[in-house]
Amino acid sequence: MAERFHVGTRKGLFEFARRGGAWEIVDVQFLGDPVSAILAEANGSLYAALDLGHFGAKLWRRDRAGDWGELAAPAFPPKPPKPPEPNSADEDPHSWSLGQIWVIETGGVPGRLWAGTIPGGLFCSHDGGASWALNDALWRMPERRQWMGVAGEQPGINSVLIDPRDPADVRLGVSTGGLWASGDAGLSWRLINRGMVNEYMPPERREDPITQDIHRLARCAAHPEILWCQHHNGVFRSEDGGANWGEVTAIRPSKFGFAVAAHPRDPLTAWFVPAIKDEKRIPVDGKLVVARTRDGGKSFEVLSEGLPQRHAYDLVWRHALAVDESGQTLVFGSTSGGLWISENSGDSWRMAEARLPPIAAVRFPEA
Amino acid sequence: MPKIAFTPALRRFLAAPAMEVEGATVGEALAAAFAVQPALRGYVLDDQGALRRHVALYVNGRPVSDRKGLGDSVGARDRIYVFQALSGG
Repeated sequence: MAERFHVGTRKGLFEFARRGGAWEIVDVQFLGDPVSAILAEANGSLYAALDLGHFGAKLWRRDRAGDWGELAAPAFPPKPPKPPEPNSADEDPHSWSLGQIWVIETGGVPGRLWAGTIPGGLFCSHDGGASWALNDALWRMPERRQWMGVAGEQPGINSVLIDPRDPADVRLGVSTGGLWASGDAGLSWRLINRGMVNEYMPPERREDPITQDIHRLARCAAHPEILWCQHHNGVFRSEDGGANWGEVTAIRPSKFGFAVAAHPRDPLTAWFVPAIKDEKRIPVDGKLVVARTRDGGKSFEVLSEGLPQRHAYDLVWRHALAVDESGQTLVFGSTSGGLWISENSGDSWRMAEARLPPIAAVRFPEA
Repeated sequence: MPKIAFTPALRRFLAAPAMEVEGATVGEALAAAFAVQPALRGYVLDDQGALRRHVALYVNGRPVSDRKGLGDSVGARDRIYVFQALSGG
């Protein structure tokens, strides 16, 4: 079971550790600064992406000795000059400047890291984050210009899944732009998702793979072909690595949400934190609950023990729910700054902190 | 030579001392400052070399007009000041 996890908030990075029988804050860094993404590698390195309101997106690393240092943040190459005709099809609607580092993942090869960003650039490092390069193959795909915005008008890569059997197999969840897959470590990309539906699109585009609003992807580590998706329009599950999806209609109390966590070994178990869709984005009836399936989505349990059941308006963002490698310990944090931990797979929860800053990400160290 | 100074708010992240720099434009003066402290560039400019949206740059107490091309001219006695603009809570 995990002994430690990190919480990225609007006002700093908090490290929790198990002390006796309780979880306590044992370190605080970047107090006052927004933390947008976290990665604690198995080798002891800890990465924190900052989203400084004035000075842009930054990346810091704590080495195994415990010393923090700033790394070069991913940066886009110079944007080609605007084409002469207004509204030309050649004109790129997306920014070529880093807005936010949204997710950082270990690449499965020593030194390799992937970073998914807003406005949709995927970056790769081969030296543990010291330098980064934009993945040109994805960025230059003409279809990328059809991605739509989530943060203002800009799209974002919210999920980067590396196949534990093959680090060249990389899959991306894009809000909004579907699921993109590479079998050659990013040299080429394909849009692969079929079977999702996006109801807010015009009828003729609702089933179009590129319009799918993937809020978050999660994968069963022991069965990497099993993927779960919390989509803007509901929950979907795939048994073939994200090529074909079926909607999980049994989710309750509602189908909207952002976060999903997949059990590391059991391909039938996953957790969600549903909310009322979609302009309201609050828990149903003011009751904060976790929805758990243990039968592949055929049915769900609504878990509420230890969670606030009156006037709770906590929303849980896409990176703010995590499960450890045992499948027993889960943690999630909310926009209201509440942080809850379960050590029995979600059967019951305990509030670790009530008044943290708004929480963007929670994460256990990589196994 | 123009003088360039940076908001003390930057000191939390890196050294950003005031300095006298060569340059006939804002862009040239900034480039000279970044030659001394390369990490400063990413805090002041975006990936395309424009002033960050929430960074302000004044010359002699007035905002520059060319935030993208940084072409406002500066003279030997001018004072450049880089500071944070409004950026939410």
